[in-house]
Amino acid sequence: MKQKILEIHDVKREFIMGTETVRALKGVSFDVNAGEFVTIMGSSGSGKTTLLNMLGCLDKPTQGIYMLDNVNVKELSRDELAKLRNTKIGFVFQAYNLLPRTSAVENVELPLLYNPTIGTKERRERAIAALQAVKLDGRFDHTPNQLSGGQQQRVAIARALVNEPVMILADEATGNLDTRTSYEIMALMQDLNSNGKTIVFVTHEPDIASFSTRTVMLRDGKVQKDTENTNRRSAKEALASLPESDDY
Amino acid sequence: MKLINLIRLAIRALQRNKLRALLTMLGIIIGVGSVITMMSIGEGSKQSINASLSSMGSNMITIMPYSNEPGGARQMGSNLKTLTILDVEAIQKNAPNVAQVSPLASSSGQAISGANNWPTSIQGVSPEYLDIRKLTVKDGIVFSEQDVRSSAKVCLLGKTVVDNLFPNGESPIGKIIRFGKIPFQVIGVLVPKGPSNFGQDQDDIIIAPYTTVQKRVLSSIYFNQIYASAVAEAASDAAVEEVSANLRETHRLRNGEQDDFQVRTQAELMTMLNSTSSMMTALLTAVASISLVIGGIGIMNIMYVSVTERTREIGLRMSIGARGIDILMQFLIEAIMISITGGVIGVILGISSSLIVSSVLNWPTVISESSIVISFLVCAFTGIFFGYYPAVKASKLDPIEALRYE
Repeated sequence: MKQKILEIHDVKREFIMGTETVRALKGVSFDVNAGEFVTIMGSSGSGKTTLLNMLGCLDKPTQGIYMLDNVNVKELSRDELAKLRNTKIGFVFQAYNLLPRTSAVENVELPLLYNPTIGTKERRERAIAALQAVKLDGRFDHTPNQLSGGQQQRVAIARALVNEPVMILADEATGNLDTRTSYEIMALMQDLNSNGKTIVFVTHEPDIASFSTRTVMLRDGKVQKDTENTNRRSAKEALASLPESDDY
Repeated sequence: MKLINLIRLAIRALQRNKLRALLTMLGIIIGVGSVITMMSIGEGSKQSINASLSSMGSNMITIMPYSNEPGGARQMGSNLKTLTILDVEAIQKNAPNVAQVSPLASSSGQAISGANNWPTSIQGVSPEYLDIRKLTVKDGIVFSEQDVRSSAKVCLLGKTVVDNLFPNGESPIGKIIRFGKIPFQVIGVLVPKGPSNFGQDQDDIIIAPYTTVQKRVLSSIYFNQIYASAVAEAASDAAVEEVSANLRETHRLRNGEQDDFQVRTQAELMTMLNSTSSMMTALLTAVASISLVIGGIGIMNIMYVSVTERTREIGLRMSIGARGIDILMQFLIEAIMISITGGVIGVILGISSSLIVSSVLNWPTVISESSIVISFLVCAFTGIFFGYYPAVKASKLDPIEALRYE
């Protein structure tokens, strides 16, 4: 019996805009087990973003149950949610969202600053280890504007890893990157996944989804399709099959 | 987040916008600097007033004639003739809180020595007068009780009189001078006192026994004033009561009748002068505090800008686990850092400018610790007060909105 990281049961989310009620999620249910690499797909307006905010504990469902690592998110206060985000979730954003004019290692340290149990020395050590895990040795003191997009995204992934979360939540993490760099990032994600990290990856590119173990398809606020990936591609192989380019 | 990390974060944020931080601080710097300078000037003038008043004798009590007739033409107190030797004796006998008492009969006229002459005034007093007024003899001796009794024609000269009558620097001791037509032998010279608070030359005097002045110069039995000293400064009020009671008796004033004299203490004068200078200080400080408030508004303004600029950063911090209080503290500490750094620079500016004022303009300035502590606390409070609202705004941001903010 595999451990369940996420349990979503009949989750509904409604927004009240003036007199109208917008139903963004109309009863979504699925579970994610430890070690899975799930992509959530859907066209715009399918409720993808709303679901992502919910999964990231930035928002709470109007109805239904969301259990993250056996904690019912709905019962938590604002501060408890913040703590949950800090310790259980690692965010990776489309726009990287690194702090400008701040070195890579300090960007990675950021989540640990909000974790009072970790001292200065351990913080630095863990940040360095995380940067090494994303293969950014020797770039510790570079600021984001000295790094390429792919490197910035790696820093962001290192930042997501540093607090040893139960789940990495990526929001269009390859949306700003070219194909080659996207594949590099996906290769990194697959590596992390094979080392046991649970990954939930939101995207609208079917190409990217093919690297995951499972795809959840949303449409109009409902799960349209939830399929295991039978012919999962390896990002490393995909990378190797790309034509050589001169400017790389 | 731990405080040390918050402080480090704030320093980093300020370093990134050095010029902006400095300009924001400027209001606080000028505010604190001017408050400290103004308070040090005020305190300095207060202390110099106090010093010169107590050099006149802080226990001193002055008794002057006063018109008690509301009808008719009122006369100037100094022209009234009510104080006599009976009053002096009554005070000497019946006022235990009065240590010393001396009458004063004064007259102005021309002092002449050889070819030199000088318009001055002669003060007829008893030997106690020198103690009461804190006058000391530099050369020579003070006249005695015997001289008073015999109306001896002896006198003490103030420095101004000496300088004008003996311009060649010879010692005046033993010389005969004339005041009007009356010859006096100089038996002593007084230690100079300099100008009084009101700009009067306190050294432009001749002091002689009151009997001599009354009989030979004024031909009068009345005094212009009576000077007394209380046994201690604290006993001033009790002494005043006793003096009043005695004078009412010797002047045979009935109950309900107004005093025909006035009793003044140095303490009253001191209070009056101090309240004037306190008011000036308060006014100047109030003006200076306005710039502190303006500085605070500057901080508030820049913190709002900073919160808006860093909306995405706030969203990110929240998404990776910052609580509302963490964000609040981050911005609050940044505001406090601005105001405290500005405060420190302002204190340095205030101290150095009050030193410049005292050395260049020769104004007495006293930098009190309290003014430093107060202005420093005020500017820390300014930081908290004006930084609080922007910080609250930051902490209340919705992380979802903040992350998508462009």
